Amino acid sequence: MKPAPFTYHDPRSVSDLVALLGKHENAKLLAGGQSLGPMLNFRYVVPDHLIDLNRIPELAYIRPGSGTLEIGAMTRQRALERSAEVKRACPALTEALGFVGHFQTRNRGTLGGSLCHLDPSAELPGVCALHDAALTVTGPKGARQVAMADWGVAFMTPNLAPEEVLTSITLQLWREPHGHAFVEMARRHGDFAIAGVGCLVALDSAGKAKRVALALVGVTQAPVRLAAAEKLLTGTDLSDDALRAAAAEIDKLEALDDAHVSAAYRKRLAGVLLGRAVRQAAARARGATQGTPR
Amino acid sequence: MTDRRTITLTVNGVRHEREVETRLTLGDFLRRDLGLTGTHLGCEHGVCGACTVHLDGEAVRSCILFAVQADGARVTTVEGLAKPDGTLHPVQQAFRDHHGLQCGFCTPGMLMTLAAFLAENANPTEREVREAISGNICRCTGYQGIVAAALDAARTAAKGA
Repeated sequence: MKPAPFTYHDPRSVSDLVALLGKHENAKLLAGGQSLGPMLNFRYVVPDHLIDLNRIPELAYIRPGSGTLEIGAMTRQRALERSAEVKRACPALTEALGFVGHFQTRNRGTLGGSLCHLDPSAELPGVCALHDAALTVTGPKGARQVAMADWGVAFMTPNLAPEEVLTSITLQLWREPHGHAFVEMARRHGDFAIAGVGCLVALDSAGKAKRVALALVGVTQAPVRLAAAEKLLTGTDLSDDALRAAAAEIDKLEALDDAHVSAAYRKRLAGVLLGRAVRQAAARARGATQGTPR
Repeated sequence: MTDRRTITLTVNGVRHEREVETRLTLGDFLRRDLGLTGTHLGCEHGVCGACTVHLDGEAVRSCILFAVQADGARVTTVEGLAKPDGTLHPVQQAFRDHHGLQCGFCTPGMLMTLAAFLAENANPTEREVREAISGNICRCTGYQGIVAAALDAARTAAKGA
């Protein structure tokens, strides 16, 4: 037996789930289990109560709206990867999913699980930052919205109280034609990325960037939008000089540092990836074009 | 105090009802409770892929899934891959033909991964095959025989269809 003993609960609705959360101390929510499973096996986490979200069908859906894409927190990564609707509306998400673990782990892993685990190098929170996601959190007092910018409060710590659960994620889609890219570098395919960059670019008729979004994962404690770099690139022709200046903004960040990858290398790599992401997104923006003309 | 549940699931077409401790992983359940030791447990934290089985047709890691979560589900293990008359699954046959295994420890996970992958992608490129098995660790073969076997199994299946 790998995990320490716990009491298992498998509520069938969000209201039953919230009632359980209000009742039990030291409870852990089980989403896809692809990170929590190993943590339980290693006994890094020793909850008294394990509350399984996998039997709550109302938490799994993909719901296109007007300029938005709403996704239930328990939607499997594999369902998102296979979704033609996601690929059409939010191809950066589809592209990023190819880097998330392996197809066997994506068969179980969920969008909400990734957001709540909040590994610094996780791709999906980066895509949520890129698309200014609004997160709906439900607790005993009802639902509240959290902007993705306010989601990470510390290292692997989301803005979520013990009696709350993340129920849905709403991505904001760009209406104007644009290009996307998600690029990353990992030591092996499917491993946690050393750094990754997501990018959206819209160009004006002269080919200059009129709108830029950049999200960075793997470098800081939680995914970040590179607002200063976005500003520097807006209005430029995205030349090598402009990209270098934007990449220099990454040097100002306080980067993670570990035995495998130094902070300096992480930042240098992130700067290179920024250039690649912007170039690819711009090339796609020139080629025609996502956007949500609905 | 142990937390226990009675679960009912179908494994390789056979229905089983068992009482299990809720913290029992599906991998341990298959091996210890059902005696299906074809599923191998390697790292037991979701990295090596040796424990891959199919849960309702999808390849999953059985070491980080609890048996209680498979209640009501249909599970296929490597023992369920060949036909009842012993005819090997095309992937198994191709592994035999192309020396896709040496020690055999990773083999059940490789087979279950590739069977699921080829069912969805009947005509993969070598790169796609390598990506499909990137979550399965083999320390003997250097993967060459495994990749050759997977590509051959895809060709064989295409001919058979």
